[in-house]
Amino acid sequence: MSDITAPVHVPHDGTDSEARPIFTEERRILGIARSTWPGVLAPIVIGIFALGFWEWIVHYRGIPHYVLPGPWLIAKTLVADWGTLSGSLWITLRITFAALIAAVTVGVALAIIFTQSKWLEMSLFPYAVILQVTPVVSIAPLIIIWVGDINLSLLICAWIVAFFPILSNTIMGLNSADHNLINLFQLYKANRWQALRYLRLPAALPYFLGGLKISGGLALIGAVVAEFVAGSGGNASGLAYRILESGYQLRIPRMFAALIMISVTGIAIFLLTSWISHIFLRKWHESAIKREN
Amino acid sequence: MSAAAALSVSTGEAPKPRPLVSIRDVSKQFANGTIAVRDVNLDLARGEFVSLLGPSGCGKSTLLRMISGLGEPSRGTIEWPTSPHDAEGHASPDLGFVFQEPTLMPWATALKNVMLPLTLKGASKRDAEDQAATMLSLVGLKGFETSYPRELSGGMKMRVSIARALVTKPAILLMDEPFAALDEITRHKLNDDLLKLWWEQRFTAVFVTHSVFESVYLSQRIVVMAARPGRVMADLTVDAPHPRDDMFRTSAQYADLCRVASQNLKKAIAG
Repeated sequence: MSDITAPVHVPHDGTDSEARPIFTEERRILGIARSTWPGVLAPIVIGIFALGFWEWIVHYRGIPHYVLPGPWLIAKTLVADWGTLSGSLWITLRITFAALIAAVTVGVALAIIFTQSKWLEMSLFPYAVILQVTPVVSIAPLIIIWVGDINLSLLICAWIVAFFPILSNTIMGLNSADHNLINLFQLYKANRWQALRYLRLPAALPYFLGGLKISGGLALIGAVVAEFVAGSGGNASGLAYRILESGYQLRIPRMFAALIMISVTGIAIFLLTSWISHIFLRKWHESAIKREN
Repeated sequence: MSAAAALSVSTGEAPKPRPLVSIRDVSKQFANGTIAVRDVNLDLARGEFVSLLGPSGCGKSTLLRMISGLGEPSRGTIEWPTSPHDAEGHASPDLGFVFQEPTLMPWATALKNVMLPLTLKGASKRDAEDQAATMLSLVGLKGFETSYPRELSGGMKMRVSIARALVTKPAILLMDEPFAALDEITRHKLNDDLLKLWWEQRFTAVFVTHSVFESVYLSQRIVVMAARPGRVMADLTVDAPHPRDDMFRTSAQYADLCRVASQNLKKAIAG
């Protein structure tokens, strides 16, 4: 039987300071929150097993290193050829980040212009789509012929691949501001600039950052693919050319080393863009918030 | 004194000072042909607390939005005889609006949200911060300046929303079923605090609700509306003194007033 004389607990509605939500800091081990450790350890364990099996199968079956080098040989090659490979990595990185910065600048600027003028959006957006759906491999040779300068050509190719997700996501974000908030801005007679600065841009931020995560990887893919097409040699060549070159010379361990460097670069870019996203959204956006339940 | 006498149908004959808002023959037809509001005539006096009470679809929210200037009437005029007008002759009354949802910017702290109207009006950052902080403490949220909306409860978010609407010291506060989504205990508390703010700051309050009890508890005057098409059915005076508190909420007078208002609402629903 329930005791009806028991004091009733009155819910707080915000006037009591004790209603402030309490955020407890999770225990950290080596600077990483406890709950994230399994997510770090599990892939590492799998990776070690896979590498061990790979090394074992190469030795056990006697696979020649120009067909499939073992991980240990690849690691040794990576160290031995670091001079050449790091130079190429630097070039690929430069193109990738220049393309990403250009993609962000042009993508966001175009998105803002499009949302200010329906006419411009209607007239230009289809061409942005065409640019996106045409495989970069097929237009890279043209760009290389027209532009002449090889680095600039690669940059343009990588930019073409990278800019669309930024553009389309930012447009969606700029148009996704809460309708009532838009009304509120109208009530206070906010001008376009104020509505953009205080409402549309912040509302677009999560969408833009989602686009940035995709574009970061795409800029790298664009830079690598374009260099494959360009196929130009010399000292100022990126990682893609090192792979081509190693293929011609049957230096397969070096090919794998360059491949690994590209993968690691891609992972690093993904982590970087995810971190940027987390920094901007952690205070308020649902995607960045850990829940108890 | 009987409740029926206290809650009288106003005749509107007596000479009055110029109203704050004068609604004349206002109709609103939407693009799809629906007549949301038909031939509404209403004067809102400066400083009064008016509720627009009616079933859903009676056009009370549409009427409120037209008063705010968010929607133009299809026919008729809404005039602000005593408010400033801009260069083109359009009235630009200083008003605050509270939506059904808190409608806060999730990326901004409570303080920044309350600062918004001042920022948009070009106030300096320091002035805006000072006034917003004062307003937050007036709605009982001192200490929550740096909290983000997601860290606040539904009632607290609504308080921030009210603070934002009042931070410009508007002549009129328009509220569109602001507490409909809150639990009853929180709603009672917010009703009390809203009345206290109104009593102290003397703005004109227009409160859209479908709750008889809420409208009687809050207002000096209840405009009962009917649906399809939305129109005014009765204009009731709630003859009970302010300030009101829980004593009033539990009084026989309150029960009588609610009964009369209910009867009017029932008549309005029946057409």
